[in-house]
Amino acid sequence: MEDMSQYPLELSGPDVPMVRFMNVTKSYGALTVLDNLNLDVSEGEMVTVIGPSGSGKTTVLRMLMTLETINGGVIYVDGQPLTHMAKNGVLVPADAKYLRRARSSIGMCFQHFNLFPHMTALQNCMEGPVQVLGLPKAEARDRSEELLSMVGMIDKKDQHPSRLSGGQQQRVAIARALAMRPKVMLFDEVTSALDPEVIGEVTGVIRKLVAEHNLTMLMVTHQMGFARDISDRVCFFYQGKIEEQGPPEGLFGNPQRERTQQFLSAVKAAD
Amino acid sequence: MSYWEFLAQNAPRYLDGTLVTIAQFFLSAMLAILLALTAGLMKLSRNVAVRWTAGVYIEIFRGTSLLIQLYWIFFVLPLFGLTLDKFYAGFVAVGLNLGAYGAELVRGGIQSVPKGQWEAAYAISMSPAKRMYRIILPQALLNMLPPWGNLMIELLKATALVSLISVTDLMFEAKQINGSTFLSAQAFGTALIIYYILARLIVTPFMRWLERIMARKLGRA
Repeated sequence: MEDMSQYPLELSGPDVPMVRFMNVTKSYGALTVLDNLNLDVSEGEMVTVIGPSGSGKTTVLRMLMTLETINGGVIYVDGQPLTHMAKNGVLVPADAKYLRRARSSIGMCFQHFNLFPHMTALQNCMEGPVQVLGLPKAEARDRSEELLSMVGMIDKKDQHPSRLSGGQQQRVAIARALAMRPKVMLFDEVTSALDPEVIGEVTGVIRKLVAEHNLTMLMVTHQMGFARDISDRVCFFYQGKIEEQGPPEGLFGNPQRERTQQFLSAVKAAD
Repeated sequence: MSYWEFLAQNAPRYLDGTLVTIAQFFLSAMLAILLALTAGLMKLSRNVAVRWTAGVYIEIFRGTSLLIQLYWIFFVLPLFGLTLDKFYAGFVAVGLNLGAYGAELVRGGIQSVPKGQWEAAYAISMSPAKRMYRIILPQALLNMLPPWGNLMIELLKATALVSLISVTDLMFEAKQINGSTFLSAQAFGTALIIYYILARLIVTPFMRWLERIMARKLGRA
């Protein structure tokens, strides 16, 4: 058993990161997906995670959304433990109730959008604010319409997802996640299921978010050019570890590690 | 005696029987839907005892004959102090039996909703109850409607068994008419046609209509 007394009950001090992974380990049986991960993301920072498939990059986001449990270590969000809760002065794994409250500061967009098919675009956005946050309908509607305008989908607000293209669905999904006013947004390969000609609609919205909002974001993507353009930092994952990280110009322009160089040249060759 | 004379003579009895059959169908369908939803959800519970309870119900009522269940409820339960009027015993037995089949449809329907829907509801911090009620069940219902249409027709036909405990349904009346007229072909032929009409012209169109309504709600129409 891990000695939990090494983990503080909360993070304090002047430089508390928005997200902190502390010695986080994830394994399925004998297979270790993430090995002793330590990663900080500052408030307002845009961090992109790249790497070959099976490197554990999507798992990083899914753990932060608490869709996956972790086998070791602690994740903190805004100074508070996310995966654990304090009990008698030590951290113990969080129960369902604690998790529900803790994860409300995190929003996520998925590769396959996962909009609710029986609701219109507007209803999709209002569902969380009304049903989870308990907002009055009028307020939730105002908030949702504002966000749908921001992603350029206000004209289609009364359409069901089945009537929308992939790019349009993904933009609604971004608005739905933002309607919960998260502190951290996660983008899990949000352009991977899109036709090439509509990828720009979605990356455009994310660019806008980066430019106009001080939102902390983590993104997994295969769009290297896009990652280079908008990230503050890029992390290259290899076999469950951060092999190399740094500002995009450095990592893409002058990668130091052999694995990074191999990966980037393989991606370039495929383009 | 022509068939039309036979029909004119016995129409009131067929009508009475048909109304009882419709009542039996309606009440047992309500009971079956309620039980199927309850047991289907229980089967997906994280709690072993809850899952097990639903499993026992499903095994008993799906694994044994409806006729024997009917006899148990009507003839054996009174020995344990629980006496049900034959009309109640009839639809309760049919409802319990078909509800056990329906429970598996509910479970399957819920499991057929893509994992991404569960995750999206989770990601906006929905409680498990709201997630089930507002996100998963509406989609599951649409997936399960076609097999439920089959089950409803099965249920209609299964209600004929209640005549064996003397509920005066369509089958019971047909047997009575056969006994008094000895015109077996006409007596049972007429019952056959009425059952077919009920299934084909009422139950099936109703289920199709329901499918269309649900599909429209999901924006698939």
